Amino acid sequence: MTVLNIVQAVNHTLRDEMKRNDKIVLLGEDVGVNGGVFRATEGLFQEFGPNRVIDTPLAESGIIGVSIGMALYGLKPVPEIQFLDFIYPGFDQIQSELAKFRYRSGGQFTVPVVIRTPYGGGIRGSHYHSQSTEAFFVHTPGLKVVIPATPYDTKGLLTAALRDPDPVMFLEPKKIYRTVRGDVPDDDYMVPIGKANVARDGEDVTVFAYGAMLHVAMEAVELAAAKGINVEVVDLRTLLPFDIDTILSSVKKTGRVVIVHEACKTCGFGAEIAAQIAERALLQLKAPIVRVAGFDVPFPYVLEDEYMPNANRVLNAIEKVHNF
Amino acid sequence: MEEIEPDISKDELRRLYRLMVLLRNLDIRGLQLQRQGRIGFFIGSLGQEACQIGSAYALKPQDWAFPAYREIGAALLRGATLKEVMNQYFANAEDLQKGRQLTNLYGLKSIKFVTGSAPIATQIPHAVGTALAAKIRGDPVVTLVYFGDGATSENDFHTGMNFAGVFKTPTVFFCQNNHWAISVPVERQTSAETIAVKAKAYGFEGVRVDGNDVLAIYRTVKEAVEKARKGGGPTLIEAVTYRMGPHSSSDDPTRYRTKEELEEWQRRDPITRFRKYLEKKRIWSESDEKKAQDDANHEIDEAIAHAEKIPRPALETLFTDVYSDMPWHLEEQLRELQEEKGRKEE
Repeated sequence: MTVLNIVQAVNHTLRDEMKRNDKIVLLGEDVGVNGGVFRATEGLFQEFGPNRVIDTPLAESGIIGVSIGMALYGLKPVPEIQFLDFIYPGFDQIQSELAKFRYRSGGQFTVPVVIRTPYGGGIRGSHYHSQSTEAFFVHTPGLKVVIPATPYDTKGLLTAALRDPDPVMFLEPKKIYRTVRGDVPDDDYMVPIGKANVARDGEDVTVFAYGAMLHVAMEAVELAAAKGINVEVVDLRTLLPFDIDTILSSVKKTGRVVIVHEACKTCGFGAEIAAQIAERALLQLKAPIVRVAGFDVPFPYVLEDEYMPNANRVLNAIEKVHNF
Repeated sequence: MEEIEPDISKDELRRLYRLMVLLRNLDIRGLQLQRQGRIGFFIGSLGQEACQIGSAYALKPQDWAFPAYREIGAALLRGATLKEVMNQYFANAEDLQKGRQLTNLYGLKSIKFVTGSAPIATQIPHAVGTALAAKIRGDPVVTLVYFGDGATSENDFHTGMNFAGVFKTPTVFFCQNNHWAISVPVERQTSAETIAVKAKAYGFEGVRVDGNDVLAIYRTVKEAVEKARKGGGPTLIEAVTYRMGPHSSSDDPTRYRTKEELEEWQRRDPITRFRKYLEKKRIWSESDEKKAQDDANHEIDEAIAHAEKIPRPALETLFTDVYSDMPWHLEEQLRELQEEKGRKEE
């Protein structure tokens, strides 16, 4: 057991899996000599050499498109897109190619690329180093979308992604890269893709969250506990395919739902969760579902703290559904 | 003359010609099938037969081909059977792609012919990635990627060429400059003197070849392939040709180009030219021609007769192959569709 932060957990997992699987190749901007701008690939170039850790030209469609070609050949490419905000030149490659190869070829050609990219606000990064646009990828059949919130899950989910036969978007919450630390077993283990985690048991209200927002939710829950509200927190962990069983069993238990994400509210992932609950568990609900989300504006700069969901906003939502 | 003439046996020359004839007839029949409402869509290679046959013939079995969407001739040369191709045209239950792609967006893993897509130029970085992977693994594998003049305006042309230059990948970029991207002429794609000249900016060689001369194409591609295999890096080849047919079954080229222009290129028809060459070498006769035409049509007839009687792909293929295993939500949607279908049939 070692105490690691999230970015260290990424680094250790990549190293462990690269030792086990010589087909894994990392590629991207600054991932080699520099070890990545967030140091996620630190030391790996030195350890595995330039054929396993490749500094590429500055071109996201090239990084992803070339990764697809490498995967067609049987390698396991793990491209890093420096910030999710910069992925859009490669969006066509993700939407039109990565997500559709298995389907359009009748299963003949598969491209199990794992795209790692830091996402999310809270680092004073303004529009282009802060956004949470996971919903674009959840809206793309053929992709799996995974977001860890703890070092333990980072290792377990990334290990699972690196062994998965399908393309995976592995979104890393950069705000908590270094602030969240925890015990990580040294042994090999996987956290299965598609399984949520009940991060805290409770009876009165369920809060669904993922990524950095899990920790905001946990903070809010302590405030709620002080007011006598016992909140269950579900860390979704995988957005596609999401864990409907865990979602519904928690809703059936509490009947009151708050969904937290930092992405824009309209058509954010919370809308899907709310719709699923409405379709499947309407009569278990004791209050309207409430979403606490980023606002429907471009990501701000100086007013970032006002944009980001915080414990008080989540607490207000918890009280609202609780007192309905 | 003899110095530049490639060393190809008489039988092989005749085989290449017969393939070009098959491809021409397949094109004519394919468009007819669409017009008759028997297949949904058609996109052909009329006038570009030399490009496809000449280029694909220069590859070895371990090499990979990345088509755009007109390269069914290259697939046939690499070993796809007409029966398989026709199953794809009819998008039936025997189609290996399970009826999921428009006509001629064909792929077959056993011949390393990668399933294409309709977005333009996206396959170019794939070809570079596969070549880079082979290079990393130390395998003597070359990739060849097909695209048109229109594709050279796309980001992925630039990014693919750039990665190939930087990593010196064993990639042959084969641009069929057929002069028209639907209705837009090549002059609207670039103000560069040629497309081939663009390679200079990426640090490797670009060459131009007569795209209606199958032997010149073969020779040019073979040189590029051998250079790539020896570690000499990528080459851009611009094959200057002409799309004699419509862009697709949905296009009417009389709206944007002249009859005179078409007639000028019809006089340079790659099949007529190759036939004259074979006749001059006295290895092709009138009776050979008749037999080649008859055989091609017979083979196409048989493939159509077979493909047309095969049913549509099964309902569950709507949901399979999205992932390696079907996740719960697709299982649920499949069940709902099956129940809905069952209710209708009651």
